[in-house]
Amino acid sequence: MNVHEYQAKEIFAKYGVPVPRGFIAKTVEEAVLNAKKLGGKVWVVKAQIHAGGRGLGGGVKVATSLEKVEEFAKEILGMTLVTHQTGPEGKLVQKVYIEEGADIAEELYLGVVLDRAKEMPVIMASTEGGMAIEDVAAKTPEKIIKVAVDPSIGFKGFHGRELAFGLGLPKEQIGKFVKFASALYEVYMENDAEMIEINPLVKTGAGDFIALDGKMGFDDSALGRHPEIEAMRDLSEEDPDEREAGEYGLSYIALDGEIGCMVNGAGLAMGTMDTINYMGGTPANFLDVGGQANAQTVAKGFEIILKNPNVKAIFVNIFGGIVRCDRIANGILEATKLVDVHVPVVVRLDGTNAPEAAEILKNAGIANVIAATDLGDGAKKAVAAAKGEL
Amino acid sequence: MSILVNKDTKVIVQGFTGKEGTFHAEQCLAYGTKIVGGVTPNKGGQEHLGQPVFNTVKDAVNKTGATVSMIFVPPAFVSDAVMEAADAGIELAVIITEGAPVRDMQEAKAYAVKKDMLTIGPNCPGIITAQECKIGIMPGAVFKKGNVGLISKSGTLTYEGANQVCNEGFGITTAVGIGGDPIIGLSYKQLLPLFEADPETEAIVMIGEIGGDLEIQAATYIKEHITKPVVAFIAGQTAPKGKRMGHAGAIISGSAGTAAEKMAALEAAGVSVVKSPADIGKKVAEVLAKK
Repeated sequence: MNVHEYQAKEIFAKYGVPVPRGFIAKTVEEAVLNAKKLGGKVWVVKAQIHAGGRGLGGGVKVATSLEKVEEFAKEILGMTLVTHQTGPEGKLVQKVYIEEGADIAEELYLGVVLDRAKEMPVIMASTEGGMAIEDVAAKTPEKIIKVAVDPSIGFKGFHGRELAFGLGLPKEQIGKFVKFASALYEVYMENDAEMIEINPLVKTGAGDFIALDGKMGFDDSALGRHPEIEAMRDLSEEDPDEREAGEYGLSYIALDGEIGCMVNGAGLAMGTMDTINYMGGTPANFLDVGGQANAQTVAKGFEIILKNPNVKAIFVNIFGGIVRCDRIANGILEATKLVDVHVPVVVRLDGTNAPEAAEILKNAGIANVIAATDLGDGAKKAVAAAKGEL
Repeated sequence: MSILVNKDTKVIVQGFTGKEGTFHAEQCLAYGTKIVGGVTPNKGGQEHLGQPVFNTVKDAVNKTGATVSMIFVPPAFVSDAVMEAADAGIELAVIITEGAPVRDMQEAKAYAVKKDMLTIGPNCPGIITAQECKIGIMPGAVFKKGNVGLISKSGTLTYEGANQVCNEGFGITTAVGIGGDPIIGLSYKQLLPLFEADPETEAIVMIGEIGGDLEIQAATYIKEHITKPVVAFIAGQTAPKGKRMGHAGAIISGSAGTAAEKMAALEAAGVSVVKSPADIGKKVAEVLAKK
């Protein structure tokens, strides 16, 4: 789960990670009011969406008067912001964060993420703040300092010094930076974060460090023990179909092809998409029915797949382990009663209770259902069906 | 022969009396797995599925001599269960449970390593030595005895791959579902040498996925150490780019973890890479015919 910048900064502040003062606004009036509350002469109006690259897309503006705050808030609220992380469809901006301006002397980068190979969190710092960190990694990897922290000892002074000296900070700033990095590590560990990114981390004219931006992602499996973070979930940032699917235990991601897929297991689901592609077709979605599939969830799956007007055929590919094929077959029958299944459905059911499932489908005699013997055969038939050749 | 487990392996089940634990332990017993008992705190002294229940793993190990534990406890208790097994001298813990917090697994894995306990999973189908010992949730009937070893991140692709190998007239020595979570136990790199050393295994199937760099590490290892033919498939060639907010994860491994990258590395290591999982069986038949 991801949160907005303003929420990440709320969490940072709780742990003593310095952030600029700011208030969230849903309307232009609120935005102006917030600016007045903050006082000062410079404000930053920042679009709150779950994606990076907001500045380049026109979602972050610096205002030097209250009139400008109003103008920018008007401009940004309600706009569809397109960045390199939103996809071409962009994201609707529903909230702006009004923040006090900062005195920027230098822009740095600081992040914390799990290093899968070392199996411990790693803190990354760079002098190349403000740039996309993936570009820094590609062009000048030597400018990224990585320090892994073994959680069994926790964050120690030496970890911080390695980062601070690595950044080439002057001696009067070493202590401040160590404290900053230590607090950020606490944020990461105590909240079961998956990743934290501060880009840029700003060094002010006075030599203080402040998190000018903040991104946080959390381990979904640990949300149960962080109700206060779960409460930060912004459902409007999530795809409505994906969310609806999730409520039924289905994992769904829309794609732009023509063949709807319903598969059990994420690996086989991806493998099915790959096979469709290999046979000359295009998958319309990723859909993993999970281990608890029953007639109701399968029917729901059909309903969600068929909402997509591009779908010309559906490929049901199940290798039953825990999932029993007869249940899926009954689900298909159920679906044809509840939903208007107006496209051909290629069905491949193998594994647990596959013969019973075949019998169920045969006896039902549904016109649109085409039986397939294996994965390759099913994909081939689905591709042909989508082209109207079956 | 086989790797890690066989017909004589003594297995206990942690979370024995729960719904999942009961259902799958029953299936494993029916397959022939030597399940010699289970652990459910506060239920020690009872009998379940004809086997004794213990309060602690230590009790279970002392009374039964079990060396392997199959773990079905709920996600929030997984790390405790794994560390208890390690502390009690279990040699291999097979963690089936899905949804354990990453931070918990990080701690549990570090302790397991310290105690020299091997782990498989979490969030995996388990391990099966065909027609001898099934420790996990895979449909046992799919796995016929044979000469092909299998390692897979994905559960259902494990069944798909094994099924194709068997349909081609071959069979499986041992199949291991390693899981695809950020922190996992045994990986390709640790399992490949075991298959290389197993005299019955003549070919190895390796099924990977996008994300992380375990397959790249495997490719490097195969190039230097594996003489047996390897057939590989990487799922996710057509998967959309993740809608993650940050990119920090990809940077650490020094690679984006794409399917194309992994396939190229494996090909360069002499592995027969198939583009569709539908071709795994045929490719295995082909490489075995060449031997």
